[in-house]
Amino acid sequence: MARQIGDVILDLKNISLRFGGVKALTDISFDVREHEIRAIIGPNGAGKSSMLNVINGVYRPQEGEIIFRGEHRRNMDTHAAAEAGFARTFQNIALFKGMTVLDNLMAGRNLKMKSNFLQHALWWGPAKREELAHRRKVEEVIDFLDIEHIRKTPVGRLPYGLQKRVELARALAAEPQILLLDEPMAGMNVEEKQDMCRFILDVNDQLGTTIVLIEHDMGVVMDISDRVVVLDYGKKIGDGVPDDVKNNPEVIAAYLGTQH
Amino acid sequence: MFYRETGQFKTSYAADQQIFPIRQDRIGVVLLLIAAFVVMPLAASNYWFNAILIPFLIFSLAAIGLNILTGYAGQLSLGSAAFMAVGAYAAYNFQVRVEGMPILVSFMLAGLTSAGVGILFGLPSLRIKGFYLAVATLAAQFFIVWCLTKFPYLSNNSSSGVISVPGIEILGIKFDAPQERYLLVLAIVALLALVAKNMVRSTTGRAWMAVRDMDVAAEVIGIRLMRTKLLAFAISSFYCGVAGALYAFCYLGSVEPDGFSLDLSFKILFMIIVGGVGSILGSFLGAAFILLLPIFLDIFLPWLSALLQLPFDGATVSHIQLMVFGALIMFFLIVEPHGLARLWQIGKEKLRLWPFPH
Ligand SMILES: Nc1ncnc2c1ncn2[C@@H]1O[C@H](COP(=O)(O)OP(=O)(O)OP(=O)(O)O)[C@@H](O)[C@H]1O
Ligand SMILES: [Mg+2]
Repeated sequence: MARQIGDVILDLKNISLRFGGVKALTDISFDVREHEIRAIIGPNGAGKSSMLNVINGVYRPQEGEIIFRGEHRRNMDTHAAAEAGFARTFQNIALFKGMTVLDNLMAGRNLKMKSNFLQHALWWGPAKREELAHRRKVEEVIDFLDIEHIRKTPVGRLPYGLQKRVELARALAAEPQILLLDEPMAGMNVEEKQDMCRFILDVNDQLGTTIVLIEHDMGVVMDISDRVVVLDYGKKIGDGVPDDVKNNPEVIAAYLGTQH
Repeated sequence: MFYRETGQFKTSYAADQQIFPIRQDRIGVVLLLIAAFVVMPLAASNYWFNAILIPFLIFSLAAIGLNILTGYAGQLSLGSAAFMAVGAYAAYNFQVRVEGMPILVSFMLAGLTSAGVGILFGLPSLRIKGFYLAVATLAAQFFIVWCLTKFPYLSNNSSSGVISVPGIEILGIKFDAPQERYLLVLAIVALLALVAKNMVRSTTGRAWMAVRDMDVAAEVIGIRLMRTKLLAFAISSFYCGVAGALYAFCYLGSVEPDGFSLDLSFKILFMIIVGGVGSILGSFLGAAFILLLPIFLDIFLPWLSALLQLPFDGATVSHIQLMVFGALIMFFLIVEPHGLARLWQIGKEKLRLWPFPH
């Protein structure tokens, strides 16, 4: 592989998150290196999605610290995270259902557009130029993910597997530095999973995007990730390269102890 | 056969991003504009101008306003009539209090005043959604009408808040005759409809729709919820405000606060439900439908009663009107939430394939 894994760009330190009495995350620390694919695994309710939500500021942890590119923060803020180059997909698809694929992707690039509503209203100079320039970028993403044929379709009418792909496309449209993917292959058939795997690897390899990925399919995780964090009941029980994690007795116990 | 984009290959994204990418649509729009600007003023009678065309255009504008807020940005509002009232009274005040104020500037300022009030009453939307927000806008509806009745200053000390607007004059030309007022309203509405269309097809509109469809995701991709919602309230109220000013100056000539009641707000809401939530075209279709239906029933029901020898009196006719209205609203809410605009679109898709169904 051409890509070279770099230094730590995201460092999470002693993160604890509670919802009332529920301890979703307890004292969790791990880091993410530039250009790597970092997986988060664990049984249902382990706190994986909560972890992603902490990373891009949807949830604010009660304790801990987030260090991104050397900048220390108590918590992230969604807007700051988006500006810093985080993009994500959600476990339950969170597309803009009434909008076309094209508009979803264009919306994904909104932070890169600088024209204001008066310019939009008059469809004037910068507004028009920007619309064209970004359309070109968006078409690149559309090509990349093979979704040319559904460009103009409202996403609500697409089948589940394609919606998952469009959601990845919307995240990519933002040209992110770090991509957070919450179960991108859940509910897909084997073929769709293979496509999705290929896309994720291509993104990582060709665009150099760092990826944090939650996935239940062990085969997939072991295949594509560089390092894996294992959570169980909000605690970290394993962290390392796939082979180490696979043979970690605590991890094995956690997985044997729960059904999927 | 005749309506399709075959052969019209888009060679650039610019061509693909036009308002009307299909040539036949462009021709249709041009014909429509010629009809509206040239044929109508020559052909229509005073009754048509006063009772149908002028109110149709004004309500279309108000419906566009509500559609921006509710259809595009997803914030349900029951206060459209109140924002029209703000526009009407603001324009009136600017006209009578400021010496030599050009009427078009007054309309503009009326829109801006209404936008300001809209932002104020939009603030609750940052905390509450859906049904609760609708109730908050209901408060705006009652509070504004109450203010206009309560404070004589706002109606230049006229009794019970009734205002009679001065005549319209632009650059020395008087706009008194019905077709002159019609042309003025038409020009303003056509321009603002174009502006609205431009907004909804750009980043501004996408931000509104993103907030409507999935606000968490919108926030995560960097859209600022507060700014986006308040902008929708501002623009929506601007449109309703200008519509209100036109309502007073070009349609009724004299208005009172109670004329801008909740009934009127509901009427505008019905327009967008029937016409199409989230569609500029639908705003026009809905306004036409809601305005023409009673006129149609007024003519049709007596005829029906004569035919069937049923004793319909005036009261029965208006009851039947209400029932037909109710039934239609339910039909559209249940069967076709995207209204007439969607039916039109489906019609066009069918036409594109015609005569081969597949
Ligand atoms: N917004 C919330 N409010 C209250 N509790 C929450 C919230 N989000 C998550 N939790 C709780 O935190 C715990 C971890 O949930 P989380 O969704 O992070 O798990 P997960 O590992 O993603 O599980 P799954 O594999 O089912 O997606 C659960 O007990 C869940 O009920
Ligand atoms: Mg989850």
